[in-house]
Amino acid sequence: MKIKIIRFSVFLIIIFIILVFFISLNKDTRYDTKALEGQTITNIRLDHFSKSKFITEKDIKTHNFTLVNFWASWCGPCRDEHPYLLQLNNIKNLNLLGVNFKDNKDNALNFLNEYGNPYDVLAKDESGKQSVNFGIFGIPESILLNKNLVILKKFIGPISENDFRYIKDIVQKK
Amino acid sequence: MLSNIGNLLLFINIILSISIIYLSFQNLKNTNILISGKIYQCCLLQSTLIITCFLTLVTGFIISDFSLVAVYQNSHSLKPLFYKISGTWGNHEGSLLLWVIILIIFSFLFLHHNKNHPKNYRIYTLIIQNILIIGFLFFILFNSNPFSVILPIPLEGLGLNPILQDPALAIHPPLLYIGFVGSSIYFSAAIASLLTSYSNKLFAQSIKIWVILSWSFQTIGILAGSIWAYYELGWGGFWFWDPVENASLLPWFVMTALMHSLIVLEKRNVLYFWVIILCLLTFILSVTGTFLVRSGILNSVHTFANDPSRGAYILIFLSLMIFGSVLLFFKKFRSNVYNINTNSKETFILINNWFMIFYLVTVLLGTIYPIFTEVLTDQKISVGPPFYNTVIIPIIVLFLFFMSLGPQAKWIKNKFNNLKLIVLILMGSIFINFFITYIFKSYSVLSNLIIISSIFLIISSLKDASELIKSRTMNFSRVISHSAFGFLILFIGLNYIFSLEKDFNLKLGETQKFENYLIKFKELQLKDFKNYKAVIGEFQVNNSKNNSEQLLKPEIRIYNNPDTLTYEAAIRSGFLHDYYITMSNIDRSDYYNIKFQKKPFMIWIWISVIFISFGGFLRLFKR
Repeated sequence: MKIKIIRFSVFLIIIFIILVFFISLNKDTRYDTKALEGQTITNIRLDHFSKSKFITEKDIKTHNFTLVNFWASWCGPCRDEHPYLLQLNNIKNLNLLGVNFKDNKDNALNFLNEYGNPYDVLAKDESGKQSVNFGIFGIPESILLNKNLVILKKFIGPISENDFRYIKDIVQKK
Repeated sequence: MLSNIGNLLLFINIILSISIIYLSFQNLKNTNILISGKIYQCCLLQSTLIITCFLTLVTGFIISDFSLVAVYQNSHSLKPLFYKISGTWGNHEGSLLLWVIILIIFSFLFLHHNKNHPKNYRIYTLIIQNILIIGFLFFILFNSNPFSVILPIPLEGLGLNPILQDPALAIHPPLLYIGFVGSSIYFSAAIASLLTSYSNKLFAQSIKIWVILSWSFQTIGILAGSIWAYYELGWGGFWFWDPVENASLLPWFVMTALMHSLIVLEKRNVLYFWVIILCLLTFILSVTGTFLVRSGILNSVHTFANDPSRGAYILIFLSLMIFGSVLLFFKKFRSNVYNINTNSKETFILINNWFMIFYLVTVLLGTIYPIFTEVLTDQKISVGPPFYNTVIIPIIVLFLFFMSLGPQAKWIKNKFNNLKLIVLILMGSIFINFFITYIFKSYSVLSNLIIISSIFLIISSLKDASELIKSRTMNFSRVISHSAFGFLILFIGLNYIFSLEKDFNLKLGETQKFENYLIKFKELQLKDFKNYKAVIGEFQVNNSKNNSEQLLKPEIRIYNNPDTLTYEAAIRSGFLHDYYITMSNIDRSDYYNIKFQKKPFMIWIWISVIFISFGGFLRLFKR
């Protein structure tokens, strides 16, 4: 009897552990972006890419929607999303703010010359520290903000066809 | 081209494994006491082909064939040849191939090496091992294929992560893999032994060298990883209790326990089922570690990519392994009554085992606890060094005392007639301890205890050695490993207690003074290298105590492929201590952040571990 109970509990423990592993597999443990959505971003202060001035909240408040896109010339997936960014540029009401992340200025300019420049405003973040305030872990990532600086949606990885439509729908509703 | 060859070879290997299993079952049926030559030939062919397959992948990396995804993602045509080759196993797919190679080669060697053991036992081992091989080959072929092609063929690769471009790290995976994949062979042998009721001393002898071999490699593999962390990561430490480091340590604890209780099984023919549990547990923990690391549920430098399907496959495989072996174990388990005298060597070895299991449970809990809290309560927590240090360090003291006494005990029963000598050694250790603390001027109860217990172990081992010389049994592996372990703990203790660390900002030309040190920022250069640019600082460290002067050059490296910034610590290793400087730039300022550390006896920590594993290797040749 005693042995049976021991055997039974050994199995229960093993099943429990494996179950927990299975659940955690499908959980994205890296970071939770849901928490970011709906929050308001404050203290924006980004270096302008070419001029010596700062881009602040004011620049974002003047547009109904702003898509902040974090990119770099050395980032492969950034090339994949570039066509969608170019298309997004044609949409009215949407301000495209590019943040050039930890990049070399010449390489970045070459990149834009080659693939086209979709951005209305271009900022740079050479040290990568400013991007941390936006909750950026890696690039490419994009954040859709409204006038009130509320994060409507965060896109991790390159913007896909679906993401493109999603942004288009939201922006054109208004 | 290479892709086709590779895939074909993998496919043939699966067929070979299936044929080996089939032939083995055929062979079980006939009464011939010898294993058929066909099986030998199949195994030999299998080993040859898998090595060829691996060399095909290596060729892909050497000639930079970017049509292979694995090469494209992890190599670059400008990489030095050495890192092109090590890039082969520096990624998930390639390392799995290495994993399978070791499974197969060990399978062949085990078959070849154990000719004087019963046929059925050897054949069942072969069957189980080939089931494992097939499992991993399928995983490689259908989920993580290193020979996948990419079209159109890219002109250039993405490059190997710069922090992985390090000699210690290039050899770290192969060494570690021989360790924990090598444990598969005694997993298979344990199951075969349960199936064929081959449960006596001879079973212990058949797996002994494999246990020692894998343990020795595991030890040295962990060391290589640790050296890499020390020189490359630039945090100034050598062990961080990172979940992935822990994953390599878990099987090590069980291997160590197994290695010791095997001796009891061999000499006294008891503890059979305990040995079986340890055999099964070692490989299960190795696969669990692989699962934790590769599935991406733990974050670390070893997580190659976050792909749940990979994790799911390993987890299903792992579950099958666990349930299969546990069910079989329960079916075959017979409780035995052991008569073990409390003063005997057996008792001390069991004590060793309980300590090892205690460490195992502690580290395992710390490693998987965050996963559990996240799934069950949705809370993110992390378990760090404070937990491990508080739980493990005090227990180490006790462990070292038992470790000192153990080798002096006799089999079956023992009277401690040399009690006087033990007390004398203890007094000697306490005296040396006070001498050390007097020189370094540091007082804490725990640090004193650590020093005393480790010196106690070292002296006891030396006494052990002198007895071995007297009795003319020139078998020093135990003495070497045990005393090296004593030295390891001693040096870690001294290193921990007497480290010096300073953090400050300097600009070119400035100096910083503290205690008896004067640090001068002498020069700053920008240099171009083959695959990176580097900002090199030059610091002069003056020690007014002994009038020594050292020049250290930390670097900030800018790699092109992929674009990454790494901070290279400048480390001046010395006989007695290391100086360690890292520098990092501060935005929009001429100042650099400088971290200076003095770490006593670093080199001796590495040397101790080398000797621990050397003891193991020595045992392989002396039997």
